[in-house]
Amino acid sequence: MTRQPNRQPQKAVGTPQSRVDGRLKVTGQATYAADHDVTGVAYGVMVDATVGRGRITGVDTRAALDQPGVRAVLHHGNAPRLPYVDNPGSNNPPGERLRVFQDDRVRFFGQPVAVVVADTLEAAQHAASLVTVTYAAEPPSTDLTTAPADEPQRYARGDAEAAWAAAPVKLDLAFRFSRNHHNPMEPHATIARWEGDTLTLWDKTQWVVGGTQQELASVFGIPQQSVRVISPFVGGAFGSGLRAWPHVTVAALAARVTGRPVKLVLSRRQLYFGTGHRPAYTYALKLGSDRRGRLAASIQDIRAETSSYETFTEAVMGPGHMMYRTPNVRQAYATVPLDVNTPIWMRGPGYATGAHVVECAMDELAHELGVDPIELRLRNEPETDESSGLPFSSRRLRECLATGAREFGWHRRNPAPRSTRDGDWLVGTGMAAAVYDFGRAPAQAHARINADGTALVQAATSDMGPGTYTSMPQVAADALGLTMTTVEFRLGDSLMPPTPPHGGSMTMASVGSAVQDACDKVRRQAITLAVNDARSPLHRVNPDDVVVRDGRMHVKNDPTRGETYRQLLGRNQRDHLEVIGSWGPPEQSRYSMHAFGAVFTEVAVDDRLGLVRVRRMLGVYDAGRIINPKLADSQALGGMVGGIGQALLEHTVTDARDGRIVNANLADYLVPVNADIPDLRAIYLDGGNDQNADPIGVKGLGEVVIVGVAAAITNAVFHATGRRIRELPITAEALL
Amino acid sequence: MFPFTYTKAADTRAAVAAGQRGGRFIAGGTTLVDLMRETVERPDTVVDISGLPLGEITTTRSGGVRIGALVRMSDAAADRRVRNTFPVISQALELSASAQLRNMATIGGNIMQRTRCTYFRDVSAACNKRAPGSGCAALEGFNRSHAILGGSSQCVATHPSDVAVAFAALEASVHLLGPDGERGVPFTEFLLRPGNTPEREHALRPGELITAVEIPAHPRPLRSGYLKVRDRQSYEFALTSAAVALHLGGGVVRAAKVAAGGVGTVPWKLTAVEQRLLGERPSDRLWTAAAAVAADDAEPLAHNEFKVELLKRTVERQLRVVGGTR
Ligand SMILES: Cc1cc2nc3c(=O)[nH]c(=O)nc-3n(C[C@H](O)[C@H](O)[C@H](O)COP(=O)(O)OP(=O)(O)OC[C@H]3O[C@@H](n4cnc5c(N)ncnc54)[C@H](O)[C@@H]3O)c2cc1C
Repeated sequence: MTRQPNRQPQKAVGTPQSRVDGRLKVTGQATYAADHDVTGVAYGVMVDATVGRGRITGVDTRAALDQPGVRAVLHHGNAPRLPYVDNPGSNNPPGERLRVFQDDRVRFFGQPVAVVVADTLEAAQHAASLVTVTYAAEPPSTDLTTAPADEPQRYARGDAEAAWAAAPVKLDLAFRFSRNHHNPMEPHATIARWEGDTLTLWDKTQWVVGGTQQELASVFGIPQQSVRVISPFVGGAFGSGLRAWPHVTVAALAARVTGRPVKLVLSRRQLYFGTGHRPAYTYALKLGSDRRGRLAASIQDIRAETSSYETFTEAVMGPGHMMYRTPNVRQAYATVPLDVNTPIWMRGPGYATGAHVVECAMDELAHELGVDPIELRLRNEPETDESSGLPFSSRRLRECLATGAREFGWHRRNPAPRSTRDGDWLVGTGMAAAVYDFGRAPAQAHARINADGTALVQAATSDMGPGTYTSMPQVAADALGLTMTTVEFRLGDSLMPPTPPHGGSMTMASVGSAVQDACDKVRRQAITLAVNDARSPLHRVNPDDVVVRDGRMHVKNDPTRGETYRQLLGRNQRDHLEVIGSWGPPEQSRYSMHAFGAVFTEVAVDDRLGLVRVRRMLGVYDAGRIINPKLADSQALGGMVGGIGQALLEHTVTDARDGRIVNANLADYLVPVNADIPDLRAIYLDGGNDQNADPIGVKGLGEVVIVGVAAAITNAVFHATGRRIRELPITAEALL
Repeated sequence: MFPFTYTKAADTRAAVAAGQRGGRFIAGGTTLVDLMRETVERPDTVVDISGLPLGEITTTRSGGVRIGALVRMSDAAADRRVRNTFPVISQALELSASAQLRNMATIGGNIMQRTRCTYFRDVSAACNKRAPGSGCAALEGFNRSHAILGGSSQCVATHPSDVAVAFAALEASVHLLGPDGERGVPFTEFLLRPGNTPEREHALRPGELITAVEIPAHPRPLRSGYLKVRDRQSYEFALTSAAVALHLGGGVVRAAKVAAGGVGTVPWKLTAVEQRLLGERPSDRLWTAAAAVAADDAEPLAHNEFKVELLKRTVERQLRVVGGTR
C-alpha cells in the first residue's frame, strides 16, 4: 500500500491538537497583512467609480492635493502605463484583466478610479472624499435573466430529451441563487515597498507565489524573483484571496510613484466591489425517472453572471453529471457578461450551487414518488463516475447516509409535510447529500533537522483558517519521529518552496504530501548517516529496520539500540540536515476523486411570520483521513454556518439602475450570528484513508462541508410547511 | 471623515450654548461616529455630553418613569422599575443592536439615531434627507426595508429605533433643555414625518438638549411586550415590530397602547387598532380583527409589499402574546 518501507508510527496525525498559533491570534500578536510595521509607510485610499458603466470625463484632485500630508493622487490621467504581461498558470480567468488607471473606462460600479497617498490614514481618507470624478455614464447591464449570454459549455451523454419525454415521472424546476460575498473578518490589505526594481508585498492572499508574486511581476513586467510576497497570517478568505485583485497593483503603483512604502487596506464596503463574489445563477432542471425512482434523464440549463472583461467559470456542472446514476444527461452552462466585477470561487465553489439543485430535486422526486429521500439516493448510487467512466478513489456515501440517519433519528420522522407543530412553529426535517471534487496539485516543502534535534519545515502555503500551521507539523512530526512541540512549520513567504493555491480543498492533500515526502527523506538521510557511521550504535543496521521515536532512531525490534538525531549531528559536526521534498498527482488520473457527505437538519418555520430557524444539524463526512479532528470540527461547523448563511441570509443586492451594491456592509449583508446557530455536530467516517488520492490519504474537508447544507434546510422547510422554495436565500416574504 | 473640533461640555448650560453655536452632541458615539466616517455627517464641532448628569432613572411623583437621556440602553433595560412596569421597553431595548452597543449607547442617542436607508448612508446616492433636493434613490430603488406608512414623494426611510416604538405606544414625552429653558414634547410629535422636508427629523430647536424621556403613569397597570420580526435572530433592525400594552379588566380591554416599527417613517402609533380593541372582549378573533386595520393606510413600494401582511400578523401575534389566547 505504501512506498515507505520503514513506516513511522503515527502519533500526532489523527489527534485533536489545538492550533499552535491560537495564542498569537487571541493575544493580537499574529501579524495580518496590514499589521506589519514597515518603516516610512504612507497610506493609500482608493476612490471608486460611482457609475456602473461609462467613461471618466474629469478628475479634479485640487482639493485633495491641498490637504496637508497628501503626497499624490493617481488616476488614469497621470498614472504610469503598466505592461500587464499575460500571466498564464494564474487564477486569472480568460479575458483581459482590469488594468488599474490605464484608461478612462468604467466597467462596474465601485471600480477603483483613483488613489490618494498621504502621510496619515486620516489625511488619505479625507482627501479621497474630496476627489471629484465626473463621468459620461451609460446604463449598465445588470440583469442575469435578460442580458445576452456567451456560447455555453456543454456536456451530454445518452439522449436526454428523448429519455425525458418518455419518462413516467417528470419534474421541471427552476432555481435561482443570489450573489454572495465572502466577507472574511480581515479586510484585504497590501503593503508595497520598492527597493530599486525589487518589490516586497505584505499581502492578504491565499496564494503567495502564483497569486500575488507572479501576478504583480507580470503586471509590472519584471522577473518573478524581483517580487517577494510575505503573508504569514490570513484572517479568513473563503476564496476571496485566490487571485491578486486590482488594489494590490494600486498599492504597488502608488509606492512606485511616491517612492514610499504604501499601505492600502480596503474598507468593508470596498470588499464588495473589489474582491470578487460567488456569482448569481439561474439553474433550470428537468428530471425524469421511472416509477421506482430510478433516474432516466436530466436536462440542465445554467446561467451565471461574469464580468464584461473576464469569463469566470467554476465546477457548477459537476454534481449534475456525476452524483447519481443517470443514463441520459444534457447540460448547458452559459456565462452572462454583466457590468460587475469578476466573480471568484467561494467556499464549495460550483458544488455549493450545483449540488443544491440536484439535492433539492431529489427531495422533490422522493416526495412525488412517496419514497424516503435516503432510499431514493441509494437507488441511484452509481458504480463509477459516469461522467468520466473512472472508478471513484473512494465513495462511501451509503455509509454517510446510514450513519447520519441513525445518529439523527431520521426514521422517526413522519414524512407528511406540515405534520409537526410546536406552538406557532411548524417543525420539519430535511437531508441532502454532499460532494466536492477536491483538488490536488504539485507542491514542494523544505524540511530541516537542526543540530539540537528540533526540526523546521517550510512551504509557501497559507493558513486562512483551516489550521495549516498545526496540521502540517502533525504530518511532519510523525514522519520525522519527533513530538509536535519540536517541529516548527513556517508558511506564507514566496521565498519558500512553491505550493498550489490554498483553496479547492487541496492544501492538506498536496502540501501535506510534500511535507511528508520532505520529512521522510530527511529522516532517511539521518538514518543513512547513522548506519554508515562506525561510531553509531546503528552502524550497519539495515536502514529499513530503523524507526524514529521522540527524536531517537532505533532498531525497530530493539529499542535499546539507537541514538538521537542530536547525538548523530553533534558527533558528525553537522549543523543540520535538509531536503526539499515534493509531491504531485499523476498527469492522468486513474480515479474520480471526491469527498462525500450527508447533511441532516431540523428547522422550525413560524407559520404566520415566515421566519425560518435552524434547530439542529448533523453532517457525516467521507473525507479520507482526518489529520486533526479538532481542526476538522472547526471546518465542518464553519461550513455549516456558511451554509446556513447561504440558505437563509446571504444576498448581495444590486441596484439595477446603476449597478450599485446597496447592502455593501455587514449591517445589511446578513451573515449568521451566534443566535442563528443551533446545535451542530460533525461525524467523520471511521478508518478514512484514501491512498488512491494522495500519500497521506486525505480528501480535503473545507469545501464539502458547506455543500448540501442549504439543500437540507430547503428540504426541511418543505417538510415543515409544504412549500417548495427554489430561490436562495429563503426569505420571510417567500414563506408568508 | 471631515476634520472637526472636539469639546467636552462642563454642564448642561454649556452644552446648550455650544449646541446653539452649531456644535453637535455626542453621547455614546455609536452611530454618530460611523456616519461621520461615511461622511454622511460632517459636523464642524462635536460636543461631548457624556459627562453630564443625565444618567438617572427616577420615578415621577405621579408614578411614571423618567429615563435620563444619558442612561445606557443596557442599564435602562435592566432597571427594575422599567422591567416591572414597562417590560415592553426592556424587551425593545434588549432586542436592539448588540450587547456591546447597548453598553455604550444612550437613550437620547437612540431616539435621535438616523435612518438605516442605505441610500442615505451612501454619499454617492441621491437622498433628499442628506442632500435636500437631490432626489430619493429608494423610491425606485431597492426598498425592501423602507416604510409603507408615512412616506412622501421625497422620502420613504424608516425610523430604525426599537425603543422609540415602545415610547410611542406608551405615549411618552421628551424633556428638552434649550436656551429658553425646559419644555416637554409628546413623543409622537417629537419625530417628524418627511413630508417635503425630510431633512427635518425631530422637533429640537437649535441648541436644545434632550434631558430625559418620561413614560407617564397609566391609570390602569399594563401588561406589555415587544415583538421584533427580522431575518436573523439577533443584531438586525426590524422588518416589522409591534409594541403592545394592554389592561384587561372586567372581561374587556380597558386600555390598549399599540405601535409598530420597521414600517413607518416614524414609530407608528396604531390608533385605529387601539380603538378597535377598547371595550371588547379579548379573544383570538378580536386580535385578528384589530390587527386587520394595522396597515390600512399602507402605501407599499416595489420590494416591501410583504410588509403589509407581515405588519398585520406581527400585531396580531403580539396582541395574543400580551392579551392571551382565548
Ligand atoms: C450595528 C448597529 C446595529 C444597531 N441595531 C439597532 C437595533 O436593532 N435597534 C435600535 O433601536 N438601534 C440599533 N442601533 C442603533 C443604536 O441603538 C444607536 O447607535 C444608539 O442608540 C445611539 O446612541 P449613542 O448614545 O451612541 O448616540 P450618538 O452616536 O452619540 O448620537 C446619535 C445622535 O443623537 C444625538 N444626541 C445624542 N444624545 C443627545 C441628546 N441628549 N440630546 C440631543 N441629541 C442627542 C447626537 O447628536 C447624534 O446626532 C444599532 C447601531 C449599530 C451601529
